[in-house]
Amino acid sequence: MAQATITRTTDARGTGPVRRSRGRRHRGEDLTKILFVLPAAVAMVALFGYPVVKNLLMSLQDYGLRTFFTGAAPWVGLKNYSTVVTDNLFSDAMVNTALFTIGSIAFQFVIGLALALFFHRRFPLSGVLRSLLLLPWLLPLIVSSATWRSILEQDSGILNRTLSWLHLINEPVPWLNSPSVALIAVIGVNIWIGIPFNVTLLYSGLAEIPDELYEAGQLDGATGWRAFWFITWPNLRAVASVLLMLGVVYTIKVLDIILGLTGGGPANATQTLATQSYERSFIDFKFGEGAALSNILIAISFLFAIFYLRSTRRAIDE
Amino acid sequence: MNDSAVRRAVYTVIGVLILVVMLFPVYWMLNASLQPSGNTLTAGFLPLHPTFSGYQRALSEQGGNLVTSLIIATGTVILSLAIATPCAYALSQFRSRWVSVGLLAILISQMIPGIVIANALYTAYERIGLLNSIPGLILANCASGIPFAILILRSFMLSLPPSLVEAARVDGAGLFRAFVAIVLPISKNSLITAGLFSFLFSWSDFLFALTLTTKGGVRPVTLGIYQYLGTQVQNWNAVMATAVLSAIPAIVLLVAAQKYIAAGAIGGAVK
Repeated sequence: MAQATITRTTDARGTGPVRRSRGRRHRGEDLTKILFVLPAAVAMVALFGYPVVKNLLMSLQDYGLRTFFTGAAPWVGLKNYSTVVTDNLFSDAMVNTALFTIGSIAFQFVIGLALALFFHRRFPLSGVLRSLLLLPWLLPLIVSSATWRSILEQDSGILNRTLSWLHLINEPVPWLNSPSVALIAVIGVNIWIGIPFNVTLLYSGLAEIPDELYEAGQLDGATGWRAFWFITWPNLRAVASVLLMLGVVYTIKVLDIILGLTGGGPANATQTLATQSYERSFIDFKFGEGAALSNILIAISFLFAIFYLRSTRRAIDE
Repeated sequence: MNDSAVRRAVYTVIGVLILVVMLFPVYWMLNASLQPSGNTLTAGFLPLHPTFSGYQRALSEQGGNLVTSLIIATGTVILSLAIATPCAYALSQFRSRWVSVGLLAILISQMIPGIVIANALYTAYERIGLLNSIPGLILANCASGIPFAILILRSFMLSLPPSLVEAARVDGAGLFRAFVAIVLPISKNSLITAGLFSFLFSWSDFLFALTLTTKGGVRPVTLGIYQYLGTQVQNWNAVMATAVLSAIPAIVLLVAAQKYIAAGAIGGAVK
């Protein structure tokens, strides 16, 4: 059906009537074209433009519980920023955000690459297995959080039971209850969630590398590790850098998983900029301070994106 | 020949083992949901005496929330596609310097943390009375649905030959009619992909559910699970049963719409 349409239309291309009708309808057409984009433009402004501007304004105001009753939100300049930056928790949150982001991405990427290389070998069921692997990524984050809470539970969780059965630990590890291991546990769960996405993208990158390159490489003795290092990796770099950039941008703002697993605790051991921003706005009802923190988060994200854009541009120039 | 067949069989075994490790938590969720309430977590590896008491409890306590989530997710799909599809078409077919501006805006929008949107929408909703409402949550969830749908649909529509629409125009159809009569039917697959992902995003939403509802009236199931987790968990089997029920859309979509899912994951990211 679609095939028939295509054949018919290729013949019609460039014939007289098309041109003429175009000229006649030109003005009404421009209006229609605008109408195609208008709803999306309005939605993007309302859902992204407005929030960014509103956050910038709120971060300069004393926007708190009182504002909701009286409507008064006095301007306070940069006071919100100085309050959140000088808070004791700020440097902890910064360090945790960095550890969470770097730890998650590094392991997601390395494990994802290893699995992508493995599934790139042709063997029975590889396609089915690879797509089933996507499941952790598709589950609602709060479902994953709940499941991992039960697995990591200190006294009767299956992880501690298995580890002590294997005599790897003498007493149960308080995965989510001890300030010294909670961040590691949270990063571990986030790695589990992110692996499927990394596998899928890296696999699609691998699939695009032509087989001839490997055949030619084989003649020059490039097999195994050498083939990976001289053929696979250089050809995968573009996909890898997009993936890492997306990884930073998405991971740095993660909130659901942490709230579901630890809520930022114990003893603030898993507080990040995102959880802090949430708490200040929606627990303490200090929207000005929450907005200031989330603006810092956006600024960091943008820095990474600019860094990424500049490095890819340089790569293209070369 | 024989040697390589053996090797491939070994790969398959390794592949299955990798999958078993990666999907163990999902299995564990299912296993725990079938255990009796007292000793849910101390259960063995197999639900030898499965009981559905967890599900009974989950359905009686969270059934309404599941329906709420379903309504919100469906609404998000409809609204997101209605808004995103014409725009994706425009960004793929119209020649204008605004195209790159629009694409850049969409990419930048991916960097905006959800908490920023929640902060602003809360204050706006509070004023216009959209807090604790299903339309409010549908609108908020469009923040993840619309940009993603535009990217997916556009990457597909880029491959549509312009002559396709022009032919219809010869027959006197306006731009909009040609879009509805020709572009939409051909784009069926990518519309399904974009719709599935909008559904999953909205179904999985937790942040907007948490911040844009303040009292019990409207409560998506993600929020229900969070409240279960709030303090010491009393009934793990009910929590896990709710988790299983909330995971059903993801599982169904993965099995039934495998090719769309992989296409979506790649199409939405590599742009």
